[in-house]
Amino acid sequence: MPHAHHSFPPTRRQLLTRIGTLAGSAALYQAMTSLGHAAGTDFKGSPSLKGAKKGTKILVLGAGLSGMLSAYELRKAGYDVQILEFQSRSGGRNISLRGGDTVTELGGATQKVGFAQGNYINPGPWRIPYHHQGLLHYCREFGVQLEPFIELNHNSWLHSSGAFGGKAVRYREFASDFTGFTAELLAKAIDQHKLDDVISADERAHVRDAMKSWGALGSDLTYKKGNTSSLRRGFERPQGGGIDGAPIPSDLFDRQDVMKSGLWNWMAFHERLDMQTTMFQPVGGMDQIGKGFTRQVKDLITLNCKVTSLHQDQQGVTVTYNDMSNGGAVRQAKADYCVCTIPLSVLSQLDVQVSDSMKAAIMAVPYASSVKMGMEFKRRFWEEDDQIYGGISFTDQQISQISYPSHGIFSKGPAVLLGGYMFGPAAYDFAGKTPQERIEEALKQGTAIHPQYRKEFSNGVSFAWSRVPWTLGCCSMWTEEARKTHYKTLCSVDNRVVLAGEHASYIGCWQEGAILSALDAVTRLHKRALGAA
Amino acid sequence: MRKILTVSAFFALSVCLLPHTANADSASAVAGKMGNLPDGAAVYKHVCQSCHMPDGKGAEGAGAHFPALADNPKLQSAEYPASVILNGFGGMPWFAGMLNDQQVANVVNYIRTHFGNHYTDTLKPSDVADMRPHLTVEDE
Repeated sequence: MPHAHHSFPPTRRQLLTRIGTLAGSAALYQAMTSLGHAAGTDFKGSPSLKGAKKGTKILVLGAGLSGMLSAYELRKAGYDVQILEFQSRSGGRNISLRGGDTVTELGGATQKVGFAQGNYINPGPWRIPYHHQGLLHYCREFGVQLEPFIELNHNSWLHSSGAFGGKAVRYREFASDFTGFTAELLAKAIDQHKLDDVISADERAHVRDAMKSWGALGSDLTYKKGNTSSLRRGFERPQGGGIDGAPIPSDLFDRQDVMKSGLWNWMAFHERLDMQTTMFQPVGGMDQIGKGFTRQVKDLITLNCKVTSLHQDQQGVTVTYNDMSNGGAVRQAKADYCVCTIPLSVLSQLDVQVSDSMKAAIMAVPYASSVKMGMEFKRRFWEEDDQIYGGISFTDQQISQISYPSHGIFSKGPAVLLGGYMFGPAAYDFAGKTPQERIEEALKQGTAIHPQYRKEFSNGVSFAWSRVPWTLGCCSMWTEEARKTHYKTLCSVDNRVVLAGEHASYIGCWQEGAILSALDAVTRLHKRALGAA
Repeated sequence: MRKILTVSAFFALSVCLLPHTANADSASAVAGKMGNLPDGAAVYKHVCQSCHMPDGKGAEGAGAHFPALADNPKLQSAEYPASVILNGFGGMPWFAGMLNDQQVANVVNYIRTHFGNHYTDTLKPSDVADMRPHLTVEDE
């Protein structure tokens, strides 16, 4: 049959080549994503909104990432866009603190940041998973330079007051022993035919071999002191050169101590999709992203606007606000549509004219409390004394974790580490303290891991998200029940108003949530506007 | 019902000996532990004052606020603050999982007798127990 070959479906590669040739690389990327090659989060490329009715006005409330991105895409589509922002800065929760900055929290406490030139702390978001392709896409588009963020460091410390006599142990020592002992138990159970009823004979051999390799077991399936285990956990005397170069293997921890320590929690932590390598951070501080976004829409933003109400009718939306640059003068802004990115913790208390179900959705999402500590030390003792270059040490004390800067490694002079990052009960407790008390407590707890703390400490700043006037909390906490009842309503276009932000996403508390929510919101608002035009 | 359970799981784990990785919704996240909370004053200090402030006067934010407990007529009935503490309200999280009946009763009695409040009736832990949603095995 002469035309038989036409009936063969194209191979995957042929198909992609054809799409690439015909439609350019953007389409190729999109096709690859849908065929499962380049999949990240649910990002499908920037929307290409077209054909806005000329003169249609859209008001965006909030100049965080979701607000600025909404404005950017809507203006591209042809809308007349204006952004009102409460703060005297844009960026929202995308923020970095540097020497000379001032932090004033609810309750009135004011801190002046005393960091040396070039040092910073990111009190909000601080790391970006590689699969947050929406955020990464706009970082590239807006010229925000990124560098690797070190999440997992095998030489960092794991500390529990109730384990190993309260002494911190190295991640590599603990992880090797936990893995080794676990593998030994499983391999021996298989070898002794104790799992015959659940694993077939063929599979038994595979699992046994896997355990031997995964756990660094000896030929007798035992995890024991020696070169094999020390090549994972580290040597008592490290491998050297020359005549006395022979290494001395290290002692293993007691298996019972390993199992009851609970420190395996921190091994599991890094395995979450959100925490897997490679992670990124912007060069020079997280706020470089906010600044990159701001460069695109700066001319649209009016700062210092305290929104008090959002009303709508068949003609349009009316937003009332206090112009804080002019003594709080009451002003109104009118538009055809509104993208509201005000955090729900604040929005739930404003006079907002939306449907009852939307009101209920806005009321249904509490905000988490979180506290971060930025602490500057006179030198990088964690690098110089402990050979810790980036990564995180964990503790069961309230501060929860200490994270070392991924940038500036090997540099001399003062450096800033994250001296505590708390959610839940510890965050409530720390937020309720004065800034001085927080620093003192963080120093006390940190000393259990780093005895150098007191001697090397220079200055510090704390950031309690529940005391931030413009969020009254850190980020949204959805329950499964609230999702079922309210999520779709929260994301729907309510006549002329649509909400956007991390709270309107399944990637809550991450910047990617703000990005994907904004893209979805403006896409649907655009459809609504075309339909109504 | 389900809501409270999810939440209890979140906070119950938080107060165990070891901190744990928090629910999938927090970019983070490690929930640090809480010390003992033997009386109402301790609960207030270590939990509530992070938002309602040490003097119970709350705070004014961006067109929104943390309500004052001082001179707040809503405290007239002890059940109201107890219900808000157990279930949350708007941006305020629920504390049903983190605080037990005794602790909820203690802190309700504390705020109703401090910050200029002088209510004489007290809330009992058994009253709080009655207000908790009953969880079925299926919910768990």
